[in-house]
Amino acid sequence: MSTREIPIRPVNLGGGQAGQLPREGRAWSVPAHTYQTGMLMALAAIVMMFAAFTSAMVVRKGLADDWVGTTLPRILYLNTLVLVASSVTLELSRRALSKGAKGFSLWLYATQALGLAFLAGQLTAWQELAERGVYLSSNPSSSFFYLLTGAHGLHLLGGLAALGYAAAKAPRIAAGLKKRTAVDVAALYWHFMDGLWIYLLMLFVVRL
Amino acid sequence: MSDAQEIAVHPREAPSGFLRKYVFSADHKVIGKQYYFLALFSVLIGMTLSWLMRIHVVWPNAHLWGLGRLSPTGAPGGLMTPEYYLSLVTIHGTIMVFFVLTTAPQSGFGNYFLPIQLGAEEMAFPRLNMLSFWVTLAALLVLLSSFFIAGGPPLSGWTAYPPLSALGKIAGPGEGAGQTLWIVSIALFCVGALLSSINFIATTLDLRARGMKLMRMPLTSWGWFITAILSLLSFTVLLAAGVMLLLDRSAGTSFFIPGGLIVSDKVITGHSGGSPLLWQHLFWFFGHPEVYIAILPGMGITSHILSCFSRKPVFGYKAMVYASLAIGAMGFMVWGHHMFVSGMNPYSGFAFSVLTMAIAVPSAIKTFNWLGTMWGGRLRLTTAMLFAIGFFSMFVSGGLSGIFLGQAPVDVQLHATYFVVGHFHLVMGVAAVFGIFAGTYFWFPKMFGRMMNETLGKIHFVITFVGAYCIFMPMYYLGLEGNVRRYSEFVDQFMKPLMPIHEFMTVAALVTGAAQLIFLFNLFWSMAKGRQAEDNPWEATTLEWTIPSPAPFGNFGGRLPAVHRGAYEYSVPGAARDYIMQDAPAAASAA
Repeated sequence: MSTREIPIRPVNLGGGQAGQLPREGRAWSVPAHTYQTGMLMALAAIVMMFAAFTSAMVVRKGLADDWVGTTLPRILYLNTLVLVASSVTLELSRRALSKGAKGFSLWLYATQALGLAFLAGQLTAWQELAERGVYLSSNPSSSFFYLLTGAHGLHLLGGLAALGYAAAKAPRIAAGLKKRTAVDVAALYWHFMDGLWIYLLMLFVVRL
Repeated sequence: MSDAQEIAVHPREAPSGFLRKYVFSADHKVIGKQYYFLALFSVLIGMTLSWLMRIHVVWPNAHLWGLGRLSPTGAPGGLMTPEYYLSLVTIHGTIMVFFVLTTAPQSGFGNYFLPIQLGAEEMAFPRLNMLSFWVTLAALLVLLSSFFIAGGPPLSGWTAYPPLSALGKIAGPGEGAGQTLWIVSIALFCVGALLSSINFIATTLDLRARGMKLMRMPLTSWGWFITAILSLLSFTVLLAAGVMLLLDRSAGTSFFIPGGLIVSDKVITGHSGGSPLLWQHLFWFFGHPEVYIAILPGMGITSHILSCFSRKPVFGYKAMVYASLAIGAMGFMVWGHHMFVSGMNPYSGFAFSVLTMAIAVPSAIKTFNWLGTMWGGRLRLTTAMLFAIGFFSMFVSGGLSGIFLGQAPVDVQLHATYFVVGHFHLVMGVAAVFGIFAGTYFWFPKMFGRMMNETLGKIHFVITFVGAYCIFMPMYYLGLEGNVRRYSEFVDQFMKPLMPIHEFMTVAALVTGAAQLIFLFNLFWSMAKGRQAEDNPWEATTLEWTIPSPAPFGNFGGRLPAVHRGAYEYSVPGAARDYIMQDAPAAASAA
């Protein structure tokens, strides 16, 4: 790990954040790792949201006799590979940044392209279901499929926006004029979205 | 003892220009005041609605001035329809729970004082903070706009139970666009609360001054911190449920709508198999922690003020912290006690009952510690102190009835009666409002640089304290007599003998409400004409009293304080004064 990277650190329970807070004579500013703390909290909130959806799905399936399982479009598996690949390219981008920034922007663009490809793939999956006559309101199983993929897609759009911000600032970050906090925090979010999708896919396979 | 040193930092420049300074400000103190005034505006609307309801309940034929113009269909000629009464119930509850009790103690005082008490110059994410406020304001405007559309506000109460809330216009006036606006408003509010809670948690974890260990934080800061955690974990669930309700209403899904419903003599088609109980579970998974979101900051404020004006350390500081954490954690395990009559498995009911009883333990730890804090103290009965004692009183009077309601067999009898209304109004409504009043009288000097009038404050306290009991205590009796809630008129024979009690409560509500004008006058008059406040008028110990009044931009004026001791060092034996500030170096205690 490069010295410029923010280390993942345990939450400071002892207080007295010597060394973390601004140094003598410097302007007051928020330490870089605080953005990571904020992002971890946001992820905790997202976990709760998808936990709510999951429990609703389990309960709804258990209660009713109108559940007609949805056959998953096969493209979802390809989409999964695309999203996992985007996490890999993002890590390559971060590694490039640590090693002197060569290729940093390029891998970042690749990540965005793969992210867009994933979303396009998800839309294709929706289209395939629609062609089979399976819509949002067709039955509870399809309702949950559209709801969960839609909620994940919207969250991923937020991740794309964050990557877009990082890409816009890439020249300044690569030149060391700007801290790489945005990249690290966006990466945390992106990888989480990747993991969340794998969880959702497993949920669909087991329960949908 | 910490060896932390205070250091100087380069001060930031305050924004100039009216808009950046007072309107679109990212300064946590301006945002705190914005939230406070948003809650003040909301509480006046919420209270007016309660007046209209109380008047209608006892004088059902009264023509209410202006109401007929606001809603020609809901109150033709100023005479309220039963449906419109339910609309008022809905908006009263929604405004009070979300825009007053969740907003003022946490977002108002919390935004203003959390960074200062922790020794930080700002919140962790100032622009996110600004966004939280504006989203919350948008949520309020969306909610209020439901008064001005055809059909008016929704009928389904602040809990929005389906199928009533899910079926649309056919379920009654207000269930069309009004209910949609309600859901959108609450979704926006959730977003604002979530962004805000991320900010609070990150600030508390990462921006504490040197020497400010967690176990040295003022109990107010603990209250805001734990509340933020509850917000983070519960508002997301409400948001998820809200999205599903919206889909049921507008996209034809059947998450909550069962099949074969007949509403207004029409068979509802296109839905099957949905579960209204699923909504109840999701809603109350949020709804019960929400009760603690409303009350935990008030508990912090009460501890803070009781200690200061008893001139004694908080009795059992650590026990207070652990009790708050326990209340927060257990708050997520008791939601089922709102649903005892839903036909749940008796074993589930039993489990929820036991857990509910168990919450009485940390609550009792807090109340006994408050008594212990006051016991043997040299009490200074300022208005803030009186309201803190009032909080304590209301919390106990309301909390004890919770032990009745927490027992499934007793709840079956009392459910949906005025007993429940009395319970939650005292324990979370009035108690939290007393916390807001206590905080206002206590922190006004720091927020506005002037003192409030103590005589007016004490008159305000006496009327409000006695008045609140006159309004809400009789509700216990009414509930035990079987007086159901949410009825706009009581025409059943068995309820007629109860009407004199209702009349008494209505008069008490009118008088107590009118007495709030004293508070409003005191608040605004003191801002302009009150006596200039010193930096530390109450001789208190925490960091907000080490800086000028009103608190300047950047809080500490280019220095970062260092903290050397706990938050409540009052009457330390051998010390020169009866209080030692948190940033006083070790030598001060030996002086």
